[in-house]
Amino acid sequence: MAREEANNRRDFLKKCLTGAAVLGAGGLEVLSGAEQTAAVPKSMVIVAHDAMLRGTGTTVDSHRISDLLDRGMQALFDRDNPPEAWKKLVRPGETVGVKVNALGGRGLSSNLQLVEAICERLQEAGIRPADIIVWDRDTDEMEHVGFHASAGGNRPQCFGTDRVGYEQELATYGSVGSRLSKILTQQCNVLINVPVLKDHDGAGVTIALKNMYGVIHNPNKYHPNGCDPYIADLNMLPEIRSRMRLTICDATTASYEGGPGYKPEFSWKNNALLLSQDPVALDYTGWQMIERKRAEKGLKTLEAEKRMPHYIATAADAQHRLGSNDPKKIAVVEV
Amino acid sequence: MKRRGVCWLLVAAVLLASAGCRRHTEQSLFPRSGEAVGWVRTGDLRTFAADDLWKYIDGEAERYMKAGVQSAATADYKFRDRFDAAVDIYTMQDAKGAAAILESEASIDVKPLQLGDEARLHSQSLVFRKGIYLTRIVAYEELPETQPALVQLGRAVEARLAGR
Repeated sequence: MAREEANNRRDFLKKCLTGAAVLGAGGLEVLSGAEQTAAVPKSMVIVAHDAMLRGTGTTVDSHRISDLLDRGMQALFDRDNPPEAWKKLVRPGETVGVKVNALGGRGLSSNLQLVEAICERLQEAGIRPADIIVWDRDTDEMEHVGFHASAGGNRPQCFGTDRVGYEQELATYGSVGSRLSKILTQQCNVLINVPVLKDHDGAGVTIALKNMYGVIHNPNKYHPNGCDPYIADLNMLPEIRSRMRLTICDATTASYEGGPGYKPEFSWKNNALLLSQDPVALDYTGWQMIERKRAEKGLKTLEAEKRMPHYIATAADAQHRLGSNDPKKIAVVEV
Repeated sequence: MKRRGVCWLLVAAVLLASAGCRRHTEQSLFPRSGEAVGWVRTGDLRTFAADDLWKYIDGEAERYMKAGVQSAATADYKFRDRFDAAVDIYTMQDAKGAAAILESEASIDVKPLQLGDEARLHSQSLVFRKGIYLTRIVAYEELPETQPALVQLGRAVEARLAGR
């Protein structure tokens, strides 16, 4: 029964990748024969959802989020069990940086139980505990949202760039010239990005690509013009691009208005994770989720509010090619 | 030479004193434990000058800068061991600036409340302006007692602002 289910899932996912079936905003859309030949979605975005993620309470259940993560990873990497999925991503001997987002403060930061589950799975895939670094720009900020700072010993590390500093030299691309966190440049050779699904006052949305603002010493310089082309240019830096392997977007609690800080009146318990190896496709998908919520609440589109996330198109353009923002080339798979 | 050195020392002393002064001033905006029934203050006060506001609220800082923010301060509170909350107080250049921030925010499911010059009460948050100050109180749990407790804390903040 389990083998039959696995085979059925594999067939379904293969169809998604070859364009035979694409899940769009409104549900499953099956393409015609001609469309099957023409459309070749290349970027998969998994949306893993659990309506009972918090049980009957308000706090995320650690077992359920672990299961949700497993489902998402198995779907993304087409594997039947979590360790096999993670082994497709990392290899023993690598040092993995798990870049979280603590800027939104309590209520809208990378979920602690999710990060713990990621660390567990990395260890099961053969990564030594001390070779896992959970990090963001500032240790106090991380502790404020529930992370426990730790350095040394045989356990996952957890601290901010404030503990080690930034490189002396500027890393440059296009409009960006910034000093990079030494956690990125000197301590990790793999990056797993764990942003939060949020709207943003300037950029429109802040998801995978903008989470890299937490890697540099001067993010305040890159907010004009809706953070465009700064977000795209930043993600072109080879130090980031060469290390980035996966984005697991925490969409358990998400914001549709008033972001990036936490405003509970404009947040919702989405109880989901978005997973992808294409950060542009993930940002595009997250943007659509936020727009749907805004419409449900009677708010105008981000474009009408003059904060269209133009940076997503820039990231996908010919100069950047960081991923795809073309819905015909994105397969959104709900698990 | 000696005179110049003394001058620089004096300048440094004045700058340090004014920074300390601002912190002391902002400290006085926040209710002490027990001033609002059921509320205790937890953690230290954090303050941000306008130029550093981005460290606290990231891209939102642009909106506050345009409205003339001078500084911000934040402190954490706890209500009867039931839930935590954060109180943010923004000092603006003038009352128009505080009004501009409030007007720029969407108002959905707002409960009317007489507090300060204008207030918006939601199930888990309270925002109000009084004079040059904009106060935002965010609770991290939505319980039956959250909303009335927020109002209590908001009134305690207002009482301190009224004394300025």
